[in-house]
Amino acid sequence: MSELQVVPAEMERLHRFEETAGLLKWITSVDHKQIGIMYVLATLMFFLFGGVEALLMRIQLSWPGMHFLAPETYDQLFTLHGTTMIFLVVMPLLIGIGVYVVPLQIGARDMAFPRLNALSFWLFLFGGLLLYFSVFYGNSPDAGWFAYAPLTEKPYSMMEGMSFWCVGLLTAGIGTVASGINFIVTVATLRARGMSLNRLPLFTWMTLVNSFIILGALPALNASQVMLLLDRELHTRFFNPTGGGSPILWQHFFWNFGHPEVYILIIPAWGMLSEVIPVFSRKPIFGYTFVAASTVAIALLSFWVWGHHMFAVGLGHWPDIFFAATSALIAVPTGIKIFAWIGTMWGGAIRFTTSMMFAVAFLIQFTMGGVTGIMFAVVPIDWQLTDTYFVVAHLHYVLFGGTLFAVFSGLYYWFPKMSGRMLSERIGRWHFWLTVIGFNATFFVQHIVGAMGMTRRVWTYPNLPRWAVLNLISSIGAFVLGFSVLIFLWNLWVSAKRGEPAGPNPWDAWTLEWATTSPPPEYNFREIPPVHGRRPLWDLQHPESEKNPKEHG
Amino acid sequence: MRARDLNKTRFAMLLFLGSESVFFIFLIVAYIYYHGDVRSGPTAHSSLDPVKTGIYTAILLSSSGTIWLAERAFRRGSSAFRWWIAATIACGATFLCGEMKEYAKMLHEDITISRNVFGSTYFTLTGFHAAHVTVGLLLMCVLLGLSIRNRLREDHGEAVESISYYWHFVDLVWAAVFSTIYLWSTR
Repeated sequence: MSELQVVPAEMERLHRFEETAGLLKWITSVDHKQIGIMYVLATLMFFLFGGVEALLMRIQLSWPGMHFLAPETYDQLFTLHGTTMIFLVVMPLLIGIGVYVVPLQIGARDMAFPRLNALSFWLFLFGGLLLYFSVFYGNSPDAGWFAYAPLTEKPYSMMEGMSFWCVGLLTAGIGTVASGINFIVTVATLRARGMSLNRLPLFTWMTLVNSFIILGALPALNASQVMLLLDRELHTRFFNPTGGGSPILWQHFFWNFGHPEVYILIIPAWGMLSEVIPVFSRKPIFGYTFVAASTVAIALLSFWVWGHHMFAVGLGHWPDIFFAATSALIAVPTGIKIFAWIGTMWGGAIRFTTSMMFAVAFLIQFTMGGVTGIMFAVVPIDWQLTDTYFVVAHLHYVLFGGTLFAVFSGLYYWFPKMSGRMLSERIGRWHFWLTVIGFNATFFVQHIVGAMGMTRRVWTYPNLPRWAVLNLISSIGAFVLGFSVLIFLWNLWVSAKRGEPAGPNPWDAWTLEWATTSPPPEYNFREIPPVHGRRPLWDLQHPESEKNPKEHG
Repeated sequence: MRARDLNKTRFAMLLFLGSESVFFIFLIVAYIYYHGDVRSGPTAHSSLDPVKTGIYTAILLSSSGTIWLAERAFRRGSSAFRWWIAATIACGATFLCGEMKEYAKMLHEDITISRNVFGSTYFTLTGFHAAHVTVGLLLMCVLLGLSIRNRLREDHGEAVESISYYWHFVDLVWAAVFSTIYLWSTR
């Protein structure tokens, strides 16, 4: 059987991108595929904003004693950069790709609540625009993305920037909670016949687990932001020490959200990797159950590690030991995953497409970010390195070298499904190598300057031995990285117009999203293939392997 | 239970209430955190009346019973549904009136949200609860209006049940809030 029979043949004219391009059709859409694409486009816009902010900071830091930016401007830029990248780029990008892919992977026609889905998207977009409106209002937030009190309190931050931060993120946050609910109900009720939880594609598994973390974590942020907003606008006393409040309470509340948030930002990316690596290694994932179960373990652990962001506060001996132990424990389920992915590649017939190359780079860079993460679980090391560039390097290795590399991998993998056309592999190679070089040049040296004691969030630095040259390398790397993003956007643009037609299943993959045309019709599937295992399309093409018990859940 | 038997509206409501309870837990924790830490000004002990509010609390909690009866009447197709929903609305509205009276008394004594940490935590927590009661009342008014115009069909059962879940949740939160703020104040 060479071609799948369930995929509608070309007798039906392909649903073309241009036909749905009317602006009104997009704005009023409740179709999960259109909403998913809108998420990706909106996050790319915010990604450009956040990227430009980063480049401005890197120009300022490229040499000691520069006066390119005023200190106040620098404060606003790092706050906007962090807030944008976390809340308006990575989180909605992962949700958006999930909104596109999850219903297809489980053989559903749409999300469980399509209109709620649209509401989530618009809340995110307008929440983000509200945050950026502060720039026009004359003062953007300037207390860092974790908004430590009392810097965020009115006496220390007179302008309205932090209030915009609260209101904008509250708006987006409500949308995120709605997305979480929507994903869980979708996966629980709309799976194709035969798709038990044990046969769920791993990207869907991880989005499901992630949605539970969202429901547990986002309300904590929303509640904290409500209290901060009341502090600022109605003069309540929650976090203001002069009024009897406690800034430490803000830190506890924020990191109660903030640490689970870190996993919200990585778990769906792990899901993408768990789709890409098996397909391009031509092997089923190694240790499916362990990959899924270790994600659940991480989700549960993630709510018990928030204190490791607060070692320098002086919580006391026993809290420090507790949080050090739980934080180190997280390395176990994370390590299981790394081994599962390597085990999948082991002995496989690996195809080094751009998507796979990003996945492999993820494995190396994310492991590095993970190792520095374990270092931070060791309290004395944390004391030494708190608020230095070592932290900045660590978090960028995890979030950029990790999550964003996985997202690039996922976008190269699913773009053909979304647009009906392949992304150019030739431009893809350029994009990949420039990203790898730019990323590592920017952030690797930050480990070194951090260990030498350079503190983050300070607008300039003294001319100590080797600081200038290391920072210059970092700044040049940042521009290479910025250039690579432009190449990626160019690739998206060119390939959406003139790319090679993809056909229903260009990668010879085996999950259900490849069992329909690219792009899928509005109703997604004419006929859903039978699901007898974890790889329904593979089973269909290789009926002889039906008896292999290893493949079946 | 098989996945197909899971009603998506009810399930979504339960998940939503799960996220709401996290929200309220943080407000309650903020209250508890500052409970023994009020250095000057009003405290729960000096400004609240647990007996009077206890009566309003009993009225609110009894509305969990009336909405349960309303649900049962709806399943039987009985017009008693309207009366029980109306009774639930009346209980909720009485509770809100009681709370407004208490607020008015406190504001009169210059106990405000910005006075001290007690005022901040007290008004934020009870205020968010009152907002949730108000939303519940609006939802039930919609149900009542639809029912009076005979527009509520048998297959709207999941909406009735979801609103009932929500109302039980609002009552449950109040039980926690009342215990934390009012019962703890007497020592």
